[in-house]
Formats: sequence, structure tokens, C-alpha cells
Amino acid sequence: MNETIRELLTRVGGLPVAVTELEDGADLYAAGLSSFASVQLMLGLEEAFDIEFPDSLLNRKSFASIAAVEQTVSHILKAREAA
Amino acid sequence: MDMQVSFLDRLFDAGLLIETGVDGLYGRSGQFEDVIAAFERLIDKVGGADGAEAMRFPPGMNRAFFETSGYMKSFPQLAGTVHSFCGNELDHMSLLKCMEVGEEDWTKGQEATDIVLTPAACYPLYPTVARRGNLPAGGGLFDLQSYCFRHEPSKDPARQQLFRMREYVCMGTESHVTDFRQLWMDRGVEMMKSVGLDVTIDIANDPFFGRAGKMLVNNQRDQNLKFELLIPITSVAKPTACMSFNYHQDSFGLKWGLNLEDGSVAHTACVGFGLERIALALFHTHGLDVNEWPGSVRATLWG
Repeated sequence: MNETIRELLTRVGGLPVAVTELEDGADLYAAGLSSFASVQLMLGLEEAFDIEFPDSLLNRKSFASIAAVEQTVSHILKAREAA
Repeated sequence: MDMQVSFLDRLFDAGLLIETGVDGLYGRSGQFEDVIAAFERLIDKVGGADGAEAMRFPPGMNRAFFETSGYMKSFPQLAGTVHSFCGNELDHMSLLKCMEVGEEDWTKGQEATDIVLTPAACYPLYPTVARRGNLPAGGGLFDLQSYCFRHEPSKDPARQQLFRMREYVCMGTESHVTDFRQLWMDRGVEMMKSVGLDVTIDIANDPFFGRAGKMLVNNQRDQNLKFELLIPITSVAKPTACMSFNYHQDSFGLKWGLNLEDGSVAHTACVGFGLERIALALFHTHGLDVNEWPGSVRATLWG
């Protein structure tokens, strides 16, 4: 999952730094992730993992770092399994 | 809804607004315009000493600038583009025939021009200032007013498709522009109080389009980027935004290449007055006959 997230981030993140150089916990907004790029990332994640973000997770916190994105996606996948 | 229709009907009956047959597109009477002019003088009085550079653009803007602004990413549903007939004589004949028969949409052949209707008074400003090069020491302060277009037909007289927005835009460091925004929040409350209007200020968001828009809404609210000054006009439960106070962080600075004297990216903020909405709030609160308005309000506006 970490790799898929990094690939997406490279493709749609528009970051001025190389995604490979970012730690999992690095602040993506500080690294230059714009609001619009975070939306692109969200749509890319939905397609890649065949999930739908609930409104409650459509916020900055969900996309704050690669680790946060991983956690958010895992949360959605787990909720789907439970359903 | 009924209340909205009835206030609109009362405005038509009093001749303050003039029906055109299109929801949200109205003429204004001399009296209505006089109230707007008086309120704009009040804005000048409060903000004039700040020394803002005034610029007035027509209600259409350069389509290339509009495209760069990213408006279509966020608000495609509100935008209005200007299209014209660009054909030859033969095309003209088919156009007239098409209009006469009325079966097909005659506007299909219209082609996009280089002009887009201005969605907010400050949109033409950013590329204009960026062209000048780095901002001077102390940043920039600008005074704008324009008719603006938003495609949202409604019977609520406070939601018009063509309306005027007066704006001050500040460019500088983060603390400089957020101080400017706070100053105008305080001034806005005082100004409205001086014309007898009850107001509240609340955190707000722009009407971003679609599901992706929900995320932009949450981002905007989480970061306290937009506040609105609200006045009850057609509903007490859902008061109308008559002013907005927006902090754009460095997003416009980065987008347009707006830099400070030392070359760092400028932060920007703007404060906007919805002039028709303020006039409507005054008519709704004090009555449709300005001669009957409280003396203190009349003195503030026309004293």
C-alpha cells in the first residue's frame, strides 16, 4: 500500500521534492501538497483501492502524511470488511 | 421560500428592483442605487485613509487569466463565458433560419470569445499586479468594485446572478494580511451597527463543486480561511452573507508569481462587500421607504 500511495503522490502531488526522499511521517502540506492536489490524491486512492472516502474522512488530517494516508485507507478497507 | 418570493415581490411592487423575466437578473431603481452609493461612501470613509490603490475593471475578464485562476476546478457550475457569432454570411443565414424555426438551439454555433464574466471583483487584479514585478516594501493594498456573475438562478433577491462586489485586497506577509483581515472584521461589525443592522460573524466556506469539493470545504473551514458577516434578510435561521473575509495563504502568490520586495512569495487576503445584499438588508430591516428609516441610519448614510 505504501508503494501505491507513493506512486500516486508522485503522479498527482505536484510536490517540489522527490517523493522517495519523504519519510512516511513527513508533513505533506509542508512539503507543498496543495488542497487541489490532495483532492487528486483522494480520487486516485479511490480508484487504486476501489474504495469511497466517507465525508467524515475528507479532511486535511487524512492526507497529512504518507503514514496518515495509509492509516485512512486501512480504516476504510477495514470498515468495508466489517460491513 | 414563500418569504423569499414575497420579499422579492415587495421589492418589485415598490419599484426598487425591476423584473427582467430571469431569476436573479434585475434592474435597480434610482432609489436602490442611491442606497448603494451612500453605503460605498461609508466604505470610502472607513477605508479611505488606508491609501489603497483604486482600480475598476469591467465585468468581463481575460479568459486566459480566468483559466489560470483555476476557477473551473472549484466552481464550474457558477462560471459564465461570453460567446459570439463568428461565422460567414452563409452561417448567418442558417443562424437566422434556425432562430426562426426555433426547433434547434441557435446558440450551438456561438464561439467562445476571449472574455469570461468576472466571478469576483479581485480576479483581474492578481495578474495585473504580478506584471509590475515585485511588490514595493510594505506590500500592496487595492480597492476594487465590479459587477460579478455567478450562474445560480434563484428567487431569493439576495442571490442574484449579476451583482456588485466592492473589495479591498491586501498583499504582504502572513501577519500583515491576516491583521488586515481582522481589522476589516472589526470595522465591518462597527459599520453595520452604524446603519442599524444586527450582524454575526461566522466561519464559512465557498460553494466548491462536487464530492471533491467537500474536501476543499473541510480544508477551508479547518484552516479558518473564510469568515462571513451575516445579516438576516430572507431568513433568520439562515442569515445572508453580506461581507466575506478571505485569507488565501500564499496560493494566489504562488499561482500568479506575486512576490514581496525581498523576493519571497506574497500572502494575500481580501475583504468583500456584497453591495446589493447590504442594500437589501437595509430595506428589509428599515422598510422599503428610505424616508422612513431611523434618523441615525439616514445621518450615517446621507449626513
